[in-house]
Amino acid sequence: MDGTLACVGLTKVWNEGTDREVAALSDIDVEVRAGEFLVVIGPSGCGKSTLLKLLAGLESPTAGALLHHGQPITGPHVDRSLIFQQPSLYPWLSARDNVAFGLKLQGVGRKERRRRADEFLRQVGLREFASKLPHELSGGMQQRVAIARALCVGAEILLMDEPFAALDVQTRYQMQTFLLDIWRGSGKTVVFVTHHIDEAVYLADRVVVLTARPGRVLDSVPIDMPRPRSVIGPEFERYRAHFVERLRAEVARAFEEQELVEMLDTRIK
Amino acid sequence: MIGRVATGPGAAPVPRIAAALPARRRRAAGRRLVETAQAGAWWVLSVGMVVAVWEAAAALKLIDPVILPPPHEFIGEIRNQAQFLMPAVGVERTGANFVALTAIAASLQRVLLGLFLAFVAGVCTGGLAFYFGIVRKLTLPTVTLLAPIAPVAWIPLAIVAFGIGDWSAIFVVFVGIYFTLTLATVKAMTNVERVYLDAARVLGARRPQVMFYVVLPASIPALFDLVRMNLFGAWMGVLAAEMVGVNTGLGAIVMVGRQMMNMNLTFLGMAMIGLVGYLLDAAFGQVQRRVLWWRRATEI
Repeated sequence: MDGTLACVGLTKVWNEGTDREVAALSDIDVEVRAGEFLVVIGPSGCGKSTLLKLLAGLESPTAGALLHHGQPITGPHVDRSLIFQQPSLYPWLSARDNVAFGLKLQGVGRKERRRRADEFLRQVGLREFASKLPHELSGGMQQRVAIARALCVGAEILLMDEPFAALDVQTRYQMQTFLLDIWRGSGKTVVFVTHHIDEAVYLADRVVVLTARPGRVLDSVPIDMPRPRSVIGPEFERYRAHFVERLRAEVARAFEEQELVEMLDTRIK
Repeated sequence: MIGRVATGPGAAPVPRIAAALPARRRRAAGRRLVETAQAGAWWVLSVGMVVAVWEAAAALKLIDPVILPPPHEFIGEIRNQAQFLMPAVGVERTGANFVALTAIAASLQRVLLGLFLAFVAGVCTGGLAFYFGIVRKLTLPTVTLLAPIAPVAWIPLAIVAFGIGDWSAIFVVFVGIYFTLTLATVKAMTNVERVYLDAARVLGARRPQVMFYVVLPASIPALFDLVRMNLFGAWMGVLAAEMVGVNTGLGAIVMVGRQMMNMNLTFLGMAMIGLVGYLLDAAFGQVQRRVLWWRRATEI
């Protein structure tokens, strides 16, 4: 267990012991190496987000263990920062104060906070927007501020929950390239969740495919392509075809199950 | 209305956009001016229509001016107010028009003080109930029972407990809004978006920090909305208290008018009540805009 992050037999059941019990994750074994860019894909509702919440320490597992440097994860820690799909910047704080929020929690002085926040805003290319409020920034800019906020507390692992899902295609490309730049420049470990196959193949060192609910590890494929990658070309297509095939079967299974459940539900009603 | 956010430093970051800004801002200001003027015109027209019908009815002797005096008559009453109101209002005689102002000041002071105390107390109680499970379980059932009691229903108790005077009216406002606001605070804090709390926790916030840096600021807008919704209720509470027991302020003016069969005075009082209530609401809207700088103007 010398990987940066490790899940061993990780299982999560929501509302355990009630009649709304939902098995989200079942017996997940994944190890993330330091500095790795790991992408997790799977059909919607497969527990991808749950996995990230568990890794962040926001939720605790029903069974199995989560380890960070061999130590069990018992709660959130600034080393592991989660970047959310929905806007999570505080609307009453400027971009700068949002980035500095973690430092404020640590009791860092005002001047120092400002200096460090501005430095990270510069890194994400938003230095001149420091005094803007979140609603004055575009969606892509807001996510860049959120990334700067995670970097500013010195997170070593970035857990990203479909961070670009709400962005339009152009912005999404830009953000992917931007994220890779940040990642390469900083040597951070990234666990990135998406349902977008192209995004996964473009970004990942390795792609983990989860099954439909409850999520199990279906596949773990290293992406052996030089960077910067081109999204057109036979190699990319080969990977894409592989994952499309894998996911299609899963989605079909999940869909049938869902229909069956709904049919039974309506019968009962 | 040019918001604070638009005029702050760093508003013109990118040179190319910055060059285009003054012209755009001038156009926007021009458009706002036109809109304000139009709204004002409709306002005048709407009020003017009612006044015109009323005045015409009075002039044609369709209504009895003793019972329903037309606007120009009761507004003219301002000149005579001091003599009627001096004993009732119980303030020093400093000039005819000043008495009306004193009555307004007395009522306003009561409603504002009551609101302020209720806001502070409600947010504190609600915050404690949100933060500590035991406080919540101990207080909320009682609070839920007391909240639906209308401010007016507290007047008898207020007069017995505080006697005739300012504190009686302040108590009515306070008690009329305090319980509701306590409940609303708990609800607003419970409704704070989960992602805001999670974001704070992954950034290393401890529970008290989440409370002060996230839950409190995130729920303030909802609380302000609630205070504003209860503004008219509080205003009515004060006036009712003034009518039945406190004997000073705008509510008392209306009552004195009735007792002396001086409907001019009553209508003058009513007009002032309406106007001051309207201005109170507008002023509170401005306060909201200033304090809740991060919300776009359209949301307020």
